[in-house]
Amino acid sequence: MARDTLTGSRIRERRAMAGMRQSELAREVGISASYLNLIEHNRRRIGGKLLVDIAQILGVEPSLLSEGAEAAMIATLREAAAGGREAQPELDRIDEFAGRFPGWAELVVESHRRIASLERVAATLTDRLTHDPHLATSMHEVLTMVTAIRSTASILAETQEIEPEWEKRFQRNLNEDSRRLAESTQQLVSYLDGAGDVGASLTSPMEEVEAMLAAHRYVFPQFEDAEDASAFDLGAFVAAQPQLTSEGARDLAVLALRQFRKDARLMPRKDVEAVLAEEGLEFTRIAQRFGVSMSTVFRRIVVLSETLLPRELGLVVCDGSGTLMLRKPIEGFPVPRFSAACPKWPLFQALNRPLRPIRQQVTVTGQDARAFDCFAVAEAIGPGAFNAEPLYHSYMLIAPLEKAQVTAPEVGASCRVCPSVDCGGRREPSILM
Amino acid sequence: MGKQVLLIEDEPNIIEAISFILSRDGWAVATHSNGHDAVEVVQDAKPDLLILDVMLPGKSGLDILRVLRETLGPGELPVMMLTARGQLKDREMAEKAGVNRFMTKPFSNAEMLEAVRELVAS
Repeated sequence: MARDTLTGSRIRERRAMAGMRQSELAREVGISASYLNLIEHNRRRIGGKLLVDIAQILGVEPSLLSEGAEAAMIATLREAAAGGREAQPELDRIDEFAGRFPGWAELVVESHRRIASLERVAATLTDRLTHDPHLATSMHEVLTMVTAIRSTASILAETQEIEPEWEKRFQRNLNEDSRRLAESTQQLVSYLDGAGDVGASLTSPMEEVEAMLAAHRYVFPQFEDAEDASAFDLGAFVAAQPQLTSEGARDLAVLALRQFRKDARLMPRKDVEAVLAEEGLEFTRIAQRFGVSMSTVFRRIVVLSETLLPRELGLVVCDGSGTLMLRKPIEGFPVPRFSAACPKWPLFQALNRPLRPIRQQVTVTGQDARAFDCFAVAEAIGPGAFNAEPLYHSYMLIAPLEKAQVTAPEVGASCRVCPSVDCGGRREPSILM
Repeated sequence: MGKQVLLIEDEPNIIEAISFILSRDGWAVATHSNGHDAVEVVQDAKPDLLILDVMLPGKSGLDILRVLRETLGPGELPVMMLTARGQLKDREMAEKAGVNRFMTKPFSNAEMLEAVRELVAS
């Protein structure tokens, strides 16, 4: 049943919610109870002044009765239905369900949203608990301290005759270890307090660099003007960034910013804008026009995407071992923080065929199941040398798509949080199955 | 002189506590605190029992054990591993590397003593 033919159902629902009898409402708006009954059973169309009067008495907007608040609700109900495993909801009656049972429909929508939110938190926590090196080290430290304290305390409590020198030494050890245990547990608690927050507790220099880049939204206006760029003091800039707390992070940040500055020199913003207008996202053509590598094009276009393109683009870079080195995430395409990523990403396929760019549409598994156009290429790093095997970095640019192709292969974030069944690439069980 | 136990562990207060307990029980205890040259230290010391921590600076206890097992079988050199990670996969990895006994931290002194006696007696 179409949404606009359910006005009567909504009136009946709202009237019941307001605790009014049918005859009461009919009298208030000056129609017979039997006519209102026909309206409420969607057997008479209603509009104009009568609809406005009924809405006024029921204390709602007329549009709520004529169109319902269901447009967004129905879209979410469809999402919820798509995520169902065994239940087979009657999709052809979804409008009728939302119209006749708005309270129940709202409950389904609310539950669906809550499940999605909880799944995101579960994914973050699982990733952290199973792969976070900081957490593993902290737990090891705590257990080591507990072991030392337990052994020492037992010696003091259970040894009948103990030399004063040993006794004193063990008491000192006990004091030291209990203080270290207190410090370790405090650090652990403060770390776990922020466990659900993806941005909390940066654990590696690369993460600090990513946090700094994200704080600037990957945009550095200083690099866009050639004169400003050459005069720009990278060292001073990096030293002033609060996210960069370690020496290693500051060194990495200088390297990353040097690369962005070089990219900006090779592909000036105004030229990129003009080429994009002519070529669109034809990366091969863009690389040819500027005479640069594909990785340069990927980095530069991604950095400028927020201001030059209708939609922001994402970028992931890995080395030959598959370790993710740089992540500019994009909504709907989750990139794991600690664990290894999905082996089906074109990023990794590119490593098997260096210098041969790959374009592949993918659908990301999960509740949202969004579609993306991925462009990946692996390029050698450093200058080539005779008889030396080159090392490769792989780059993947991620562009969101409006609609997925039916044949687009599914990819996930990492196995632990991927619901995909019968995946040949699975390394470990999913917490979502 | 009692039989010799070599303890390779990087936490000084655990070294002190275990050394004290075992010495009181009549064992000759030698200690070492890093993984870099642990294999050579074991080969030189030829202990009756090796107590080996998993997480050591320089080289992990598992790597050390794998190298030792190339020349010394479980009957020739009993090895007890200490770890703060009690997960099944860690235990499996240790067993695969040739460990005789796997002990998860925190353990009691009585457990430690009993395990040492059993391993050397067997």
